[in-house]
Amino acid sequence: MRLEPIANASLARRLGLPLAALGATVIVAGVLALIAGANPFAVLGQIVTGAVGSKFALLETLNRATPLIFTGLAVAVAFKAKLWNIGAEAQLYAGAIIAVLMGTGAMESPIVLPVSALLAMAAGALVLLGPVLLKTRLGVDEVVTTLLLNFIMLLFVSYLLEGPMKDPMGMGWPKSEPLIKDARLPRIVEGLRLHWGFALALIAAVVVYIIERRTTFGFEMRAVGSNLGAARFAGIPVNRVLVQTALLSGGLAALAGWSEVAGLKGHLSQDLSPGFGYTGIIVAMLALLNPIGVVGTAIFVAGIFVGSDAMSRAAVVPTYIADMLLASALLFMVLALLLTRVRVVRG
Amino acid sequence: MTDLIDILISASFWAAVIRIASPLILATMGELICERAGILNLGIEGIMVVGAFTGWLAVYQGMPLWGGVAVAMAAGMLFGLLHATLTIPFGLSQHVVGLGVTLLATSTSSFAYRLALPEVTSPPKIVPFQPLDVPVFSDIPFLGEVLFTQTAFTWFAFTVAVLVSLVLFRTPLGLAIRAAGENPSAVEAQGLSVTGLRMGAVIVGSGLMAMGGAFLTLSAFSSFFFEMVNGRGWICVALVVFGAWMPGKAALGAILFAAFDALQIRLQQTPLGADLPYQVFLMAPYVLSILALILMSRRAEVPAALMTAYNKGER
Repeated sequence: MRLEPIANASLARRLGLPLAALGATVIVAGVLALIAGANPFAVLGQIVTGAVGSKFALLETLNRATPLIFTGLAVAVAFKAKLWNIGAEAQLYAGAIIAVLMGTGAMESPIVLPVSALLAMAAGALVLLGPVLLKTRLGVDEVVTTLLLNFIMLLFVSYLLEGPMKDPMGMGWPKSEPLIKDARLPRIVEGLRLHWGFALALIAAVVVYIIERRTTFGFEMRAVGSNLGAARFAGIPVNRVLVQTALLSGGLAALAGWSEVAGLKGHLSQDLSPGFGYTGIIVAMLALLNPIGVVGTAIFVAGIFVGSDAMSRAAVVPTYIADMLLASALLFMVLALLLTRVRVVRG
Repeated sequence: MTDLIDILISASFWAAVIRIASPLILATMGELICERAGILNLGIEGIMVVGAFTGWLAVYQGMPLWGGVAVAMAAGMLFGLLHATLTIPFGLSQHVVGLGVTLLATSTSSFAYRLALPEVTSPPKIVPFQPLDVPVFSDIPFLGEVLFTQTAFTWFAFTVAVLVSLVLFRTPLGLAIRAAGENPSAVEAQGLSVTGLRMGAVIVGSGLMAMGGAFLTLSAFSSFFFEMVNGRGWICVALVVFGAWMPGKAALGAILFAAFDALQIRLQQTPLGADLPYQVFLMAPYVLSILALILMSRRAEVPAALMTAYNKGER
């Protein structure tokens, strides 16, 4: 077989194939439910109801989407410049550490919130700076270095929580002291369990969109990503653009951890992130690396997680179905998107 | 200091080095074959999980140990086929597909584990490979304990490394695989199929990765835990770079790495371990892998067509 580019793909092809990818994911869900010995329609129904079926469920989904919007944006900007940042998990924890450092008595006035947010972004940027400098200076592949840093950072957090950051009142659990009230992100509407982190994530998406589409840096970033050789030939300072992209990406990922601590949890523990950094890759890819699209796909992905959690409490289907569905959706979607641009011919 | 010397001259330490190196060698050879053919396989981490799980489950269900190894290999090859199909004929991003395969393989293992064993709280055990006492040889002081009390699976792992090296550098097939990763058009001009060679390399390589995972459950430990692979796959990707894409050097890298890993475990028991938080020791393998990448960055000769999709007829 051979791939042949399609000059002008029809609208039906461009819309139909991504929809078919989603349909295929739903079929996978049904088959998995059958394998687990459950009624597929009931399971699908329970996932949807669990995700958006009530005010409580919907708010839970939006809360879960908040860190995913940040990590999704972090991955989207990096991948746009073909900078393979697989280390959003580490950058997320860097932001979470700063939220605790600044929020447990270092500053006692409402100004602590913006200060700690900025410092968190700086910390996340710093975590990604190492791998990107190794890439631009020495040609060390950033995929492996950022992946390995995730493990190092988790051990560092474990050390902090059992040592210098341990809550003396924590009954021996490895968690940090709770944040003071000034350092907490308030709820958007009193009485509803949704914090300002969500609003901040939406703002971040718009800001990233503007940076990408309306600034020289955004243009350079896209140029580096689409054709490195041509970008270099056109006189774009490729290495500087990669470093700047990394700083933006690391900063965004850090906000995920910062907002989870300051908005949702109020303290840092080792299970703060169930892989939000990795899931951000799926969120970004499903959104075709479009920052506004990231908001939508983050809510969709969060819905699958929240819905699957609710479903697995009622049915016999293990909650790991959520990860399987997302992995399938990712692979189906990249294949579908390719087929909107090329057709398969024999020979 | 005397603690360090005591550790380094003990036979049990070097026996542990060989043991820890075995799964890394298998998976590193798997990744090396893929990359030599031009395909970066980031599915490695998940494929190792699948191998660890399926190999263990097969033995738990009553299959012989080598049957478990075969099942693990087959399961790994299946995920290898998925990776190969998406990245080779379809030419999709090897980064994205690899991470997708890792996520799919890991979550499939967790899902299947929960389905197969819904009730258990502590992971059930199997009877793993036992040390193979080679008569006479195992009585040699020091060397006997280091080399001749390993399990058959370890012998298998080291044999695989030798075979991979022979096939890649001493056979026409190996030459064709390496050419597919260096200059695919030249391979096509010889009338060989780049797609076929690359797909074969990725599928076989994935089988080796899965056997590396199976080593963890069938020889190193005796049960399956969700987090047991714990980044070993990523470390193997680093070991391939460290070994400059040469099987012998990569295997030596794995042994060196295993030595540091065995050392950090033992140093935790010394007065030094009491002074330093244990997390520092656990970080060592990951930090070392990054250092290895930095060290080799200027010297390594990357296969020229690594991560470049090949579409027949395209210039």
